[in-house]
Amino acid sequence: MQNPQLTNDGKLKHLLSIEGLPKAIIKQILDTAESFVGVAEREVKKVPLLRGKTVCNLFFENSTRTRTTFEIAAKRLSADVITLNVSTSSQSKGETILDTIDNLTAMHADMFVVRHAQSGAAHMIAKHVAPHIHVINAGDGRHAHPTQGLLDAFTIRRYKPEMHNLRVAIVGDILHSRVARSEIHALTSLGVPEVRVIAPKTLLPENVEKLGVHVFHDMREGLKDVDVVMMLRLQNERMAGAMLPSSQEYFKTYGLTPEKLALAKPDAIVMHPGPMNRGVEIDSAVADGKQSVILPQVTYGIAVRMAVMSILAGNS
Amino acid sequence: MKIHIKNGHLIDPKNGIDSKKDLFIAAGKVVAIGNSPDGFVANQTIDANGLIVIPGLVDLSARLREPGFEHKATLESEMQAAVAGGITSLACPPDTDPVLDEPGLVEMLKHRAKQLNLAHVYPLGALTHQLNGQEITEMCELTEAGCVGFSQADVAIKDTQVLWRAMQYAATFGFTVWLRPEEPYLAKDGVAHDGEVAARLGLKGIPAAAETLAIASILRIAKETGAKVHLCRLSTAEGVDMVRAAKKAGQKISCDVSANHLHLTDFDIGFFDSNAHLRPPLRSQRDKEALSAGLIDGTIDAICSDHTPVDDDAKLYPFAEAEAGATGLELLLPLILKWAEDNKLNLNQAITAATQMPANILGVAAGDLSVNSNADVCIFDPKKYWKVEAKALFSQGKNSPFLGLELAGKVKYTLVNGHIVHQST
Repeated sequence: MQNPQLTNDGKLKHLLSIEGLPKAIIKQILDTAESFVGVAEREVKKVPLLRGKTVCNLFFENSTRTRTTFEIAAKRLSADVITLNVSTSSQSKGETILDTIDNLTAMHADMFVVRHAQSGAAHMIAKHVAPHIHVINAGDGRHAHPTQGLLDAFTIRRYKPEMHNLRVAIVGDILHSRVARSEIHALTSLGVPEVRVIAPKTLLPENVEKLGVHVFHDMREGLKDVDVVMMLRLQNERMAGAMLPSSQEYFKTYGLTPEKLALAKPDAIVMHPGPMNRGVEIDSAVADGKQSVILPQVTYGIAVRMAVMSILAGNS
Repeated sequence: MKIHIKNGHLIDPKNGIDSKKDLFIAAGKVVAIGNSPDGFVANQTIDANGLIVIPGLVDLSARLREPGFEHKATLESEMQAAVAGGITSLACPPDTDPVLDEPGLVEMLKHRAKQLNLAHVYPLGALTHQLNGQEITEMCELTEAGCVGFSQADVAIKDTQVLWRAMQYAATFGFTVWLRPEEPYLAKDGVAHDGEVAARLGLKGIPAAAETLAIASILRIAKETGAKVHLCRLSTAEGVDMVRAAKKAGQKISCDVSANHLHLTDFDIGFFDSNAHLRPPLRSQRDKEALSAGLIDGTIDAICSDHTPVDDDAKLYPFAEAEAGATGLELLLPLILKWAEDNKLNLNQAITAATQMPANILGVAAGDLSVNSNADVCIFDPKKYWKVEAKALFSQGKNSPFLGLELAGKVKYTLVNGHIVHQST
């Protein structure tokens, strides 16, 4: 089976998932992102790499942060950007995703940044679009959020350059998290030797260990001697019900407090893809503490997204 | 009309025939095997040299989509597909629109099918009104109208008291209850086997326990009520084990498996191929092997096509939203042949599971070529390869996880009641 995100000669055609992406391409994206970090610090925060190109942000599911950072990234590359929140427009009129795509293609969009509530939506769109169009998955269901996985890897690499010598823990709702899946693939591909997932059994997929992770249910045990703690957002609708009894109990068992963080290595960094639920998955003292790199994650997110878009445009 | 099928290799599991023998047909019946009856003058002779002659296949699960879903398929297109696949008898589940829960609807379906004069159609009536899982249907009336059993299609009965009563009532009259074992709460919103692939792709899983829990309740209730039960489309290794144990303990029960599940696993979902979105879901390699072993040792009685034509549009959605199902009528025979070859079985054994065994389950006169039986015959070329693609299929459903594959086994002639209803070059 050919990987749908690569061209026949192995270049990046779409970014749909980190799984199956060659390590060389992941490195290329991260290295390219390094060169973009400085752009934001210039007086003119723009480079002309996507001049004349139209990037279409297509959000079938709500998002603020991801949509905004993609918009900024495209604009810093000098692209024209359109953002459509389709969740409230065409979908309710009964238009199918592919009809929406066809219409935007007819308006000469060059790149689609797609978010959808269903796993596999970006793959389906990538399979459908004309050959000159690139698709970037900005999150599909529980499946993947590759730019988030990449920006997290980028952030880790900046703070902990020796990736082949790291112990990373991902804590929280792994079952429903596309972020977790992308992080796992990014880290294992980049040679991180030990990726742990820490969650109650109700929030872990079956056979999660097949993804190459070590499973912990006890957070104190799981955090022991880790270099990186990646917290996941707990969606409101999961806070009470059959998966979890309450957000209070969750905070007690899986919330990151200074006391639990102390079990990790003293220089461990704390990450979160945002938006945070303070007092649910993370204590404010940790979120705002000196080990937190949550805000740099956001900044690097723009550089990484610029890198992905410029590489895709370069492979046209 | 007298037909002489000569030089073919005849396989008829029921009569233990597996050799080169001629078949003589007159007035819609088989009149002789081997030697020509005295004074037999054929109106037509079919030279079956190099071909295999078998009883027409009997398919335990084929959705014809009529009434109600004519945009997906029509009786005409699907009956053409059936005979093109060598299927001469088929049972159709009641999940049409309206649901087959009234005698009038069943009569109409039977009538329409009869007019087309292609395969024999044996409708399964709804076990509960509208498949609602609450009120049982008029099973006696429906049986008179032509139903051969009662099914909930893909809609499980949640209320075990209703299931109990439905089985009690069916048992009163000796009707067979057809159930696809799936515990609805565990399977809720699930679209794939709850395993490694679902974990990777972020698809909501259906655990194997959804099947085994349902089998456990069904077996228990069947035992208590004395109902005859047919379990439709097993998908798990543990499910096969449970049925094996029940049969060993003497419980009267039958079950089938879809041809898809004998060949595919959840890995065939690949990058979200919605054609591999099936119900029950494609499961693991271990399950696939157990299904195969269960079929070989007789735990599983029959192979069905689980034919579910879906219109193209309904597949153009992300995996979970795409409608489940695959076209199957024309793939059943090639998939059985491939299964036999992969498992080094003789054809005789493999063919039984799609002729004699399903005919027994349906309780209809079909699936064999005894003298005086209906001349429902399938003649095929076992070595002819053909490519599974939209234009090769008579079925209006072009959706198949096997698209693009070359399969061996091409039906050359299909006869129903002694008439040639399909012929290909």
